[in-house]
Amino acid sequence: MSSLQTLDVKQRSATTSPSPSIRSTVEVAKLIDISKCIGCKACQVACGEWNDIRDVVGHNVGVYDNPSDLTANTWTVMRFTERETEGGKLEWLIRKDGCMHCADPGCLKACPSPGAIVQYANGIVDFIEEHCIGCGSCITGCPFNIPRISRQDNKAYKCTLCSDRVSVGMEPACVKTCPTGAITFGSKQDMVEHAAERVRDLNERGYQNAGLYDPKGVGGTHVMYVLQHADTPQIYHGLPRDPHISPLVSLWKGALKPIALLAMGAAVLTGFFHYVKVGPNDADADEGDDTKPESAGAGVKQEER
Amino acid sequence: MSVDPNALIQRYSDSERMNHWAVAILFVLAALSGLSLFHPALFWLTNLFGGGPWTRILHPFLGVAVVAAFLVEMVRFWGDNRIEEHDRQWLRQWRDVLGNREHKLPATGRYNGGQKALFWVMVVCMLALLITGVVFWRPWFADYFPIFLVRLATLIHAAVATVFILTVIIHIYAAIWTKGSVRAMMRGTVSARWAMKHHRAWAQEKIKQG
Repeated sequence: MSSLQTLDVKQRSATTSPSPSIRSTVEVAKLIDISKCIGCKACQVACGEWNDIRDVVGHNVGVYDNPSDLTANTWTVMRFTERETEGGKLEWLIRKDGCMHCADPGCLKACPSPGAIVQYANGIVDFIEEHCIGCGSCITGCPFNIPRISRQDNKAYKCTLCSDRVSVGMEPACVKTCPTGAITFGSKQDMVEHAAERVRDLNERGYQNAGLYDPKGVGGTHVMYVLQHADTPQIYHGLPRDPHISPLVSLWKGALKPIALLAMGAAVLTGFFHYVKVGPNDADADEGDDTKPESAGAGVKQEER
Repeated sequence: MSVDPNALIQRYSDSERMNHWAVAILFVLAALSGLSLFHPALFWLTNLFGGGPWTRILHPFLGVAVVAAFLVEMVRFWGDNRIEEHDRQWLRQWRDVLGNREHKLPATGRYNGGQKALFWVMVVCMLALLITGVVFWRPWFADYFPIFLVRLATLIHAAVATVFILTVIIHIYAAIWTKGSVRAMMRGTVSARWAMKHHRAWAQEKIKQG
């Protein structure tokens, strides 16, 4: 996508000064109610339709996941998990995978190219491909394994939360098309409240551990799930229990950056002032003749002369 | 022993010098392209390489090139860089080194303790940068490694590069500070006086050889 004038920018990658932020907008969120999903993949189709992207025809790998993974041309994919409940019944968990639009986005933190990743004031995290250099740092930074680099143009792609639609007051294409109402969109606050109602309903239906997935480790997300089993999110095709930006990434993009530059600058300055104080070490300008034999015996044991 | 203090002694052969400067030029290019992607304040350096994508493409190749050129130099200088007891003594007397009291230091061979330490830091850094760099080299190799390793390699790469650049800053300053060193690496020769002052053991051997 390109950075949209109608969406104010909260932060941009590789930028240390404030972004334009005099206006405040409502934080938005997409709520995916897994208990309502029937796995029809209409959202996948709508995503491809709206964004005008077509993946290559892949191979059936023996499960319903099709394509089997996210790609540069597939920004959302249904992940199917079959599991047996304690009562011996089949439970089919279908999770719509895609960018979570973290409040604290690891991709944005890791990206070295100014403005290649932006977070709008409404919370959407968007890749601005024209500034993307194809280094893959966003993949390194993402706690959810979402961004994919295109083999075609070496640019990173992922779900935009239909930032172009949202900027003109529309809902994302997947929300628009979902036939069961499993995907809803609105202000984050409304979605949290709506989720609470859904959780209450699920509790009444016997799902004691139902809950909202809005992980605090990444500051909350702007794509949230209602899970029947919120105590074990990992059963939903490996949804991380406590996602956060890896400490390795935080160290690399946090402390190391300023410390490294300061150390380099300090080293240069130290050299300069050493030269100013001590002066050059110039053999040919020395008084006397250093090739004299008596001074040639200087050895290990010599302490003072 | 009477030697004309102004007599010239060959310190570096033609191929040694060209090898050194090939490494130096490639190192500067690799370092600048790497720094440009390391800190946003230095992103403008990507302009030297044709923009962001080109910097991302070129940096790993520059890195491999500098390692290749360095391997040749490493083999050449390996034998002269074995650290011995008098080198440790030299390093312990770093205050005398910085204070320009070189006459208090033990006589050194072709390289002093500081130069030898620098050599080994460079060997380790080159190796570490090569290995970690391959792990997150996109689009070819990164996909073969688990994300944990990619993250670890990226962090180590940046940290080692920082140590390496600091080492090179010291190396360059030492060459500026010790007059005659740049000439030695540019033209290959040093005066007998220079050699006796800075590398007495090596100078005596050279003079003996004639």
